[in-house]
Amino acid sequence: MSQPYAVLAEYETPAAAMEAAAKVRDAGYKRWDVHTPYPVHGMDEAMGLKNSQVGWFTFLGGLTGYTSGMLMIWFMNGYDYQIVVGGKPLFSGFYAFPVCYEMTILLGAFGSLGGMLLFNRLPRLHHPLLKNLRFATVTHDKFFIVIETADTNYTPEGTHKLLSDAGSKHIEMVEE
Amino acid sequence: MSVSAEQTFSTTTPKELERKPLVLNQRSLGWISDKICSITEGPAPKWWWYAFIPSIMVMTLCFTMIGYLISTGVGVWGLNQPVAWGWAIVNFVFWIGIGHAGTLISAILFLLRQKWRTSINRAAEAMTIFAVMCAGIFPMIHVGRIWYAWWLFPIPNANSIWPQFRSPLLWDVFAVSTYFTVSLLFWYMGLIPDLATIRDRLRLQAVGLTEPLGRFINKAKQYVYGFFSLGWTGSNRHWSNYEKAYLLLAGLSTPLVLSVHSIVSFDFAVSQVPGWHTTIFPPYFVAGAIFSGFGMVLTLLIPLRTLCGLEDVITTRHIELMCKVTLATGSIVGYAYGMEFFIAWYGGNPYELYAFKNRAFGPYWWSYWIMVSCNVISPQLFWSKWCRTTPWFVFIVSIFVNIGMWFERFVIVITSLHRDYLPSSWGYYSPSWVDVLTFVGTFGLFMTLFLLFIRFLPLCAISEIKGVTPQADPHHPLGGAKGGQH
Repeated sequence: MSQPYAVLAEYETPAAAMEAAAKVRDAGYKRWDVHTPYPVHGMDEAMGLKNSQVGWFTFLGGLTGYTSGMLMIWFMNGYDYQIVVGGKPLFSGFYAFPVCYEMTILLGAFGSLGGMLLFNRLPRLHHPLLKNLRFATVTHDKFFIVIETADTNYTPEGTHKLLSDAGSKHIEMVEE
Repeated sequence: MSVSAEQTFSTTTPKELERKPLVLNQRSLGWISDKICSITEGPAPKWWWYAFIPSIMVMTLCFTMIGYLISTGVGVWGLNQPVAWGWAIVNFVFWIGIGHAGTLISAILFLLRQKWRTSINRAAEAMTIFAVMCAGIFPMIHVGRIWYAWWLFPIPNANSIWPQFRSPLLWDVFAVSTYFTVSLLFWYMGLIPDLATIRDRLRLQAVGLTEPLGRFINKAKQYVYGFFSLGWTGSNRHWSNYEKAYLLLAGLSTPLVLSVHSIVSFDFAVSQVPGWHTTIFPPYFVAGAIFSGFGMVLTLLIPLRTLCGLEDVITTRHIELMCKVTLATGSIVGYAYGMEFFIAWYGGNPYELYAFKNRAFGPYWWSYWIMVSCNVISPQLFWSKWCRTTPWFVFIVSIFVNIGMWFERFVIVITSLHRDYLPSSWGYYSPSWVDVLTFVGTFGLFMTLFLLFIRFLPLCAISEIKGVTPQADPHHPLGGAKGGQH
């Protein structure tokens, strides 16, 4: 308790939050974030974020789905218990395809969701910000910039000044 | 006639065309969450109870009928040779088709950047999930000895025999279960930020609460909504990954939704039965599925927008756009009906031609002409703007679409089977009362789930709707941009 975690600055409009974010980025902060009720278009550039890497998990999931589907069907119908049905081949990529197609999508979808959660370090049910009542309006209509005290550039006066110069009317400390 | 350059080419730039707003009356960001969340807060409105109690009763009917079927045997249904696929398969294809509109709205319209989808995608996705649940019941109970239904899954049976993957029925198992799972994932992922909105509202509401019971209920709800929102804080670093994952899920759901009804159509098309063995089936089934699904979305959302006071969010324009999709897919379906007949004649196969003549003029002629009038004629009314923008009228047409699409599946399944290659086994299929009540009962199940959804989850995608308003755009004056930046 009572260890300061971060400084919280509230903004009224997306444009104000985005201008402030660009200033925080240019000041060289690393451990900071912008919290918004919806994804603000252009905020990634304002924060200097790179393209999200979630796609790799989707790709891996899809690849796993397709290959495991093919292997499963080959093993079950072509190798382990062979039964001739209607004179059709015991294994063929054509008849196996619809099932593998579905499995590609299934595991690709799990990969996307799982990748998103992994990159975001979610679920995280206890977070210092979730204890702050002012912050509860972030999912309603307010925009917040949060700079952690652990950031090497953080100084109590300097950071406060940066955020209020950028147009914040309300700045407070969030405790750990 | 000589015209000077000034007259031909105007030097002033034309006035910028204004987009019609997606949320009417310039509602603020806060209004959107207040309005949509208020449906889940406070005591349930009267209309909700008037809808919910009958739904529960009808749902009970469904489970009673299933219990009767399982305890007595499949003979309680009207099935027999040669019509061994009766109402159960008709209902399965009907319900699974309904689901397709939800995925079309949530995935395909997302990829096509149709921003109007944000007002309706949540409810449509919920409809998809509940419709697939209703659909899934039928093949399961249709297998006769349902305690062997696990043979559908890739588990070796008592003789170590594996399922037979050359059968399209097994492809169907994978298609439908993948469809259900991916739709659920997509729906849940969209819900995460909105569940956080409800969680945060509960936290703010807790401040004024003094009586112990109210505090306890608030705390319990905070716990549940907080758990399922996974600790979402609206962080932009999170949004960045979230949006990418959402785009990828939309990209995966698009080929999925097109494949599901294609594979359902393979159940028919891969067989040798005249009337089923046609290559037009996959696209024709997909178009029909989207057509029927939009019919159901309209049936659900037109009363709902009035009952919940959401006219500013689900506007007349939304209804009009959905009517246009209905018109387009309905016309594809009408074309497919015509093309089937043409190929039956042009293909030169007498059995095929007989099957189609028999559809239109045989003992089931009435079902064929119900299908044609509901599916081909009724959507054509949507060429008129008045028809598309008059909600009560659209509602009536949407009911006809639902009826017509059920009859389409009836025509495909029943008329193709009742005349098989052995004339001595020809017969006339009629459903039993158990068939009818089971189908009616699934509407109870569907409505029960949908009403619970309305009551406990945000009916519209709050964060997405906020994102399409001008005050959410940092480059728009309403979003706080300095004048002239737009």
